[in-house]
Amino acid sequence: MKKLTGITRVWRAVILSIIGFYMLLPIVAMADFSTRAGADGGRNFDSWAAIPSAPGLLESIAVSLQLALLAVIGILVLLVPTMIWVHLRLPLMRRPLEVLCLLPIAIPAIVIVVGIAPIYRWLSQFFGSSPLSLAFVYTILTFPFAYRAVNTSLRSVDVNTLAEAARTLGASWPRTIAGVIIPNIRAGILGACVISIALVLGEFTISSLLNYETMQVVINLLGKREGQISVAVSLAALIFAFVLLVAIPTSGKKQEVG
Amino acid sequence: MSSNESSLPAVQLNSLRRAFGPVVALNDFSLEIAQGELVALLGPSGCGKTTALRALAGLQDLDAGQIVVQGKDITSLRASKRDMGMVFQSYSLFPHMTAQENVEYGLRLRKESRQKVGRAKRAIEMLELVGLDTQAKRFPHQLSGGQQQRVALARALAIAPDVLLLDEPLSALDAKVRSQLRDEIRRIQLELGTTTLFVTHDQEEALGVADRVGVMSEGSLAQIASPAELYERPNSALVAEFVGLTTPLPCEVIDRRAHLLGSSVPVLPGSVTTGPALALLRPESIDLVPDKQSDSIVLTVSFLGSVCRVIVQLPNKTLLTVQAPSDQISTFSPGSGVGFSFREQPVFAKGIPA
Repeated sequence: MKKLTGITRVWRAVILSIIGFYMLLPIVAMADFSTRAGADGGRNFDSWAAIPSAPGLLESIAVSLQLALLAVIGILVLLVPTMIWVHLRLPLMRRPLEVLCLLPIAIPAIVIVVGIAPIYRWLSQFFGSSPLSLAFVYTILTFPFAYRAVNTSLRSVDVNTLAEAARTLGASWPRTIAGVIIPNIRAGILGACVISIALVLGEFTISSLLNYETMQVVINLLGKREGQISVAVSLAALIFAFVLLVAIPTSGKKQEVG
Repeated sequence: MSSNESSLPAVQLNSLRRAFGPVVALNDFSLEIAQGELVALLGPSGCGKTTALRALAGLQDLDAGQIVVQGKDITSLRASKRDMGMVFQSYSLFPHMTAQENVEYGLRLRKESRQKVGRAKRAIEMLELVGLDTQAKRFPHQLSGGQQQRVALARALAIAPDVLLLDEPLSALDAKVRSQLRDEIRRIQLELGTTTLFVTHDQEEALGVADRVGVMSEGSLAQIASPAELYERPNSALVAEFVGLTTPLPCEVIDRRAHLLGSSVPVLPGSVTTGPALALLRPESIDLVPDKQSDSIVLTVSFLGSVCRVIVQLPNKTLLTVQAPSDQISTFSPGSGVGFSFREQPVFAKGIPA
């Protein structure tokens, strides 16, 4: 790497600390607020201890985690194979697929809700009122982000040549994709999964408008009655998502080297 | 191998046809490769040589034509069911596998070599063949470009393919590695007796290793012959100009002899038979003699080792490239006058473009 001059290094440190301060300040404030005891400045962890007993909270966390899992499955089963196939066999479809995958980010959440509410009324005949049926819309919501992550990986390796090499060596298409392509775009797939999980855990608008009790909806309700507990849960959720963001790609890397 | 089998061509490509929109990549392309033969397809980019190779590999669909390998029609067989070992132009090793795992990959997919021990032994043997058995545990990104292409060669040969397909495997390498690996490919190919199709745009590569070289133009074969014959007896101006160096000089063809520069040489079949033409002269078909009276003047002399290349300006300003032994280098200093003596070596004479 190029050696940095003194001034560059100072600037870098300044910018990093400004951004770091900007990002950390609300988190520190949350930690401060959620551990306050009374007006005299004492501290305790009562609101953190009260998380398990808050009405509906643990259930909603379970629902959100299941939804995140379902969205990840949706990405792995639907998006990743489609993208690989289009990349290898239907290069002309790359642009249309990209546009299609980016649509959910271009359409405001409220419009999506208006559009899918009738579909959900129909879906409820099959799935009842289970909040897990949100997985359908969540999978679609994660496409723009998952697409970006997987696409970057697909472009960084010469997947076409790798696929041709595998096939001349006798590998069928499924074996080629499972044994050669996927291991080489694993970083992108992991990234797509992490982003999807973070997105689903943080989603509020759609679940609230469709009247499903996901984690964010319950946190919001809670905030109106028990401010401290709500902030404690929010902070816990943030930390959880952060740990996930760091942990999953790291574990992927370790396996690659080992 | 029974004598019956060896008399059968290993590969027959019959009237292959393929168009990409208006571009005809293969136009009634036919080629036979004998058992154990190394055929090189040579041509400028876009002449269809890679399309032909990919069609044989099953990676390219055809509009028409038939592909027969070892007597079996495989035209409609999928790439994964054909026994072809292929080495690609770009690095194609699987990045997440070691060199040895790469070589084992094709074996692992074959039922008869499912045993792990036998597979590993075979992989190491193949890596030994390309001189890389000590690097078996390395990942592709830890190997140099030349090493990667060697492993790719070992991987392609490990499955004992019907045909080895080389798609410009050397063009990403630097000059020294390139000529080294080129000779090594030939050595290994002869050692294993693998029928091989080698596609390249580099004539030195093609002439250097192949039993026969096919020059392609616009989707079909212009000529296919041994390297020496291709060089000495081209059947068309295209082949004469593409293979080796030529200088076109105006001449008069009379009675199958080209008259030029006060001398005459026989013309090759396929040449203009009578009247004005352009003789395509090879640098080594002319000997220079010092001649102070001459209007032809040495312009530059470049030393190439055992020979030197002399560029002579003729009275009509045309530049003629001539090859001379290096010990004559002092005789032909720039500015000195020279005369010519032609060897009795047939030349190709092409019509003068209108």
